[in-house]
Amino acid sequence: MTAAEENTTVKRDTRDEQGGTPAEPAAGTKRARLIGGPGILLVWLYGVMVVGAVSRSAVQISTQFDEAPLAYSLSAVAGLVYGFITYSLVRGGETARRAALVCCAAELAGVLVVGTWTLAEPSAFPDATVWSDYGMGYLFIPVLLPLSAMYWLRKARTTAG
Amino acid sequence: MFDALTVATAVAALALAAWCGWAAHRDQPTKDWHFIGMAVVSVLALLQLVIGVVQLARGEKPDQGTTIFVAYLIGAFACIPAAGFMSLAERTRWGSVTVAAGGVVLAVLEVRLYDIWGG
Repeated sequence: MTAAEENTTVKRDTRDEQGGTPAEPAAGTKRARLIGGPGILLVWLYGVMVVGAVSRSAVQISTQFDEAPLAYSLSAVAGLVYGFITYSLVRGGETARRAALVCCAAELAGVLVVGTWTLAEPSAFPDATVWSDYGMGYLFIPVLLPLSAMYWLRKARTTAG
Repeated sequence: MFDALTVATAVAALALAAWCGWAAHRDQPTKDWHFIGMAVVSVLALLQLVIGVVQLARGEKPDQGTTIFVAYLIGAFACIPAAGFMSLAERTRWGSVTVAAGGVVLAVLEVRLYDIWGG
């Protein structure tokens, strides 16, 4: 499916009436919902992390960027990733589900890499990031969240298909 | 005054979390009584926001900066209403779990607020 097709719901609906495509196993005119049941909890936690990471990095970058540029930039990137996953979950549909799955994997990799990095070389991080020490400052939510989200998103495919 | 309110809000938020967690455990969605509970916690957070701003206006300075203090006050106030609306959209046990998570998040925010204010 191309980006242009994905952009207009009207086009999608027409196509769905013709029987859909193999790439879109969830039949019907509506996108597969990703926020039913446990999904709503994921959206809530991701929403909290978006607000936390984005506002934190915004304050730190605008007031004290020179103190720890790497740490603050990483927090901003984390915020963007969280924002995209939240949007994908709310939007729903197969494309969004796949995109969210990829981002969750990237997020998990980010948490593990940055977490290890902060422990191995603390001098690179004069100040903490969202992902420091595997997200300990955030009750380890940053490392638990992508795992549960990936589990949920994989399950969503089996129920939709 | 502000510290007492911070502690009260944190305790109320944890109580709300336990209550909604219990509802989720019994496989129930949030009911009217839960929403009244959320309203009570939200009123506490609103009171805290107002008193915090009044303290700032009277010239008191939070330990860790005014911007962060105000940002946390607003976040704390928005926390429970946001979770409440999501539980309205999800009329299953998972709506209750969401509000319970919201209570825990608010309690964490209150702990941070306590540090930021420097009590």
